[in-house]
Amino acid sequence: MEIPYTVEARPDTGLTSGKIGIWLFLASEVMLFGALFATYIMLRVGAPEWPVGATILNVPLATLNTVVLITSSVTMVMAWASLMRRDLSKARMFLWATVALGGAFMVIKAIEYNAKFEHHLYPSESTFLAIYFTLTGLHAFHVLGGMVINAYFAGPGSKLWHTNPQWLTNRVEHAGLFWHFVDLVWIFLFPVLYLL
Amino acid sequence: MAETLHERAHAAEHHEELSFWWKYVFSTDHKIIGVQYTVTGLVFLFFGFCLMMMMRWQLAYPGQPLPLLGGLLGDVRAPGGAIAPDFYNQLGAMHGTIMVFMGVVPLAVGGFGNFVLPLQIGAPDMAFPRINMLSYQSYLLGGVVMLVSFFLPGGAAQSGWTSYAPLSDIAPMGQTAWLLGMVFLITSSLLGSINFIVTTIQLRAKGLTFMRLPFFCWAQFVTAFLLLLAFPPLEAAAVLQLMDRVAGTSFFLPTGLVVSGQVLEVSGGGSPLLWQHLFWFLAHPEVYVLILPAMGIVAEVVANNTRKPLWGYRSLVYSLIFLGFMSFIVWAHHMFLTGMGTTMASFFQTTTMIISIPSVVILTALILSLWGGAIRFNTAMLFALAFLPMFGIGGLTGLPLGLSSPDVFLHDTLYVIGHFHYVVAPGTIFALFAGVYYWFPKVTGRRMNETLGKLHFWPSLVFMNLIFMPMMIQGMAGVSRRLADGGQTYDFSDPVMGLNKVMSHAAYGLALAQIPFFLNFFRSIRHGEPVGPNPWNATTLEWQAPSPPPHGNFTEPIVVHRGPYEYSVPGAARDFCPQNQPVGA
Repeated sequence: MEIPYTVEARPDTGLTSGKIGIWLFLASEVMLFGALFATYIMLRVGAPEWPVGATILNVPLATLNTVVLITSSVTMVMAWASLMRRDLSKARMFLWATVALGGAFMVIKAIEYNAKFEHHLYPSESTFLAIYFTLTGLHAFHVLGGMVINAYFAGPGSKLWHTNPQWLTNRVEHAGLFWHFVDLVWIFLFPVLYLL
Repeated sequence: MAETLHERAHAAEHHEELSFWWKYVFSTDHKIIGVQYTVTGLVFLFFGFCLMMMMRWQLAYPGQPLPLLGGLLGDVRAPGGAIAPDFYNQLGAMHGTIMVFMGVVPLAVGGFGNFVLPLQIGAPDMAFPRINMLSYQSYLLGGVVMLVSFFLPGGAAQSGWTSYAPLSDIAPMGQTAWLLGMVFLITSSLLGSINFIVTTIQLRAKGLTFMRLPFFCWAQFVTAFLLLLAFPPLEAAAVLQLMDRVAGTSFFLPTGLVVSGQVLEVSGGGSPLLWQHLFWFLAHPEVYVLILPAMGIVAEVVANNTRKPLWGYRSLVYSLIFLGFMSFIVWAHHMFLTGMGTTMASFFQTTTMIISIPSVVILTALILSLWGGAIRFNTAMLFALAFLPMFGIGGLTGLPLGLSSPDVFLHDTLYVIGHFHYVVAPGTIFALFAGVYYWFPKVTGRRMNETLGKLHFWPSLVFMNLIFMPMMIQGMAGVSRRLADGGQTYDFSDPVMGLNKVMSHAAYGLALAQIPFFLNFFRSIRHGEPVGPNPWNATTLEWQAPSPPPHGNFTEPIVVHRGPYEYSVPGAARDFCPQNQPVGA
């Protein structure tokens, strides 16, 4: 039995089911991170004093990480664009590049975390560090999730190409939407935590 | 992994012999998943009810050994067989959690939504069958975590179903299990809600426009949006509380918090109020998640058994959408007593009064639908009819709670408990029973017994009212909802203490009244009266498929020509015109 509109768009909505699904998922993610940003605001407004992020956190490393993540968004788009041009091997290369850049982000993040721990700056130390570790930690989990998905489509998932290339293209597009969202969250996290 | 599971499940579907595991456990068929949800939900509902019966014994006979079970609970939970206050708190917290998150919502959305929605829109299955399977498994896992938490040192969560901080932050290990369980349950409803919305948008049969959707589908559609957007903030709150409990942060712990005479050694600076905001931002829409599918079920049963169209279909739909939208901006009416300020209180009491309008419109339209109908009083219809006044009482008793000044007096009394149980127990649960009796022939191909059904309905109706009406009387006398001895320590509650015995015996009566239901349910699966595809002469699409529907649901392509409730159309050959019957045929 075939479920209709998984590969082809439904004429009256103009969308595939997967496209709507991923946007709905992102809407729920907006609510998740929205609630956490609201938490940040409420705690900061209620605090008698609040440190400037740059005095505790490493701004140059975070700037580097921002560049890494934005670059990975570019390679993600290139992967999808290659599939649209029906070039699987190029697409797989770009997907692996995205995974590698995600990995680079995680390594830099780990260096940052380690430096904090060495100075005994744990989440339990202050409200600022608590929200810093929670927000960036949850974001890092999302990066990790995105890496797993992209690695799947670059590796075993790419077999779908031989039976249904359009479906694989759609799925990579959806994975890309998720990846850009994760990127976007970081674009908000960086100024809020490090600069303000 | 999921890929291979699916392939194997898919392969199994095409073979004549299906192994038990692939057919009933790892199924991706929305009908099997709907049944899985329904059965699991009913089991949890019964389990939550058992917890409540233990509490009711303690309230009626404080300090006396619990009959039958008392000896089995162990010395920590029940020294000498009498329930200890700590264990009473666990029972209370878990009763709420289980009933709401593992009983009613999975039944109303996971059970009925999964089984009925794709059939009613003429779809072969859900848009994402595998995600549907994962949604059920995640729910089951969350449920198991919650159950296991009873056996942890210190027992299950005991800070109320609302898990208010800072109490929950410093509670024993069971609270961590509660949070982990909630993360699974939230994941489950997130996956489910995406599936419901996409299925409704994408898989409607040809000709089935949104204004031809049965009201039940609309209710599920709006409910799915509430689940999708309201649950993530609770997930955020759960993450923050987990951090507090595991990593030692102070999101919900204020500076200088004193526990057992000792200042807590934490960094402080947190806000207990923050938890309440995040929790109620979910939990108020959650109230509508509990009630909207129930309204949907009642609308289907009422239209079918009055043999006439629903009164004001469009106003029903618009009210529903408005209700869903408003439910996101009323949450702080649960927090009038937290000192959040009168400006905030005024805002939230105004939105609360506004949200009562669409609820009244929906209830009024359903009551007006009865006008001039040739009503068939079968069991499903009796439960649906009882829903109307019971939900009415529940709704109207909520108005004083939504206004900040009477709420100062009524907050945290048993009046609140009486109010929301009227909405959820004789309200939603009656609607769910109506749904079970109504769609049972579609699931099994057999009808449930009417006599046993009426033996189930009438005592249930009487006992429900005997439980919850006295509760509101006690609440108005000022009895708090969280006392393990039912309020005996306070002199002012003396005049209403006798009611505790009435309510407890009514609760045991209610348990006995469920026996005909269980007998009927299990007996009818094999020995019920066999019926054809459309035993109720209904118009909506699920009745145009065989009973039970095969894999893929419909035997022929479905094209919709009509609105959902074309009953008693003048000049038509029969008193119902199915949605797929061409106009003029």
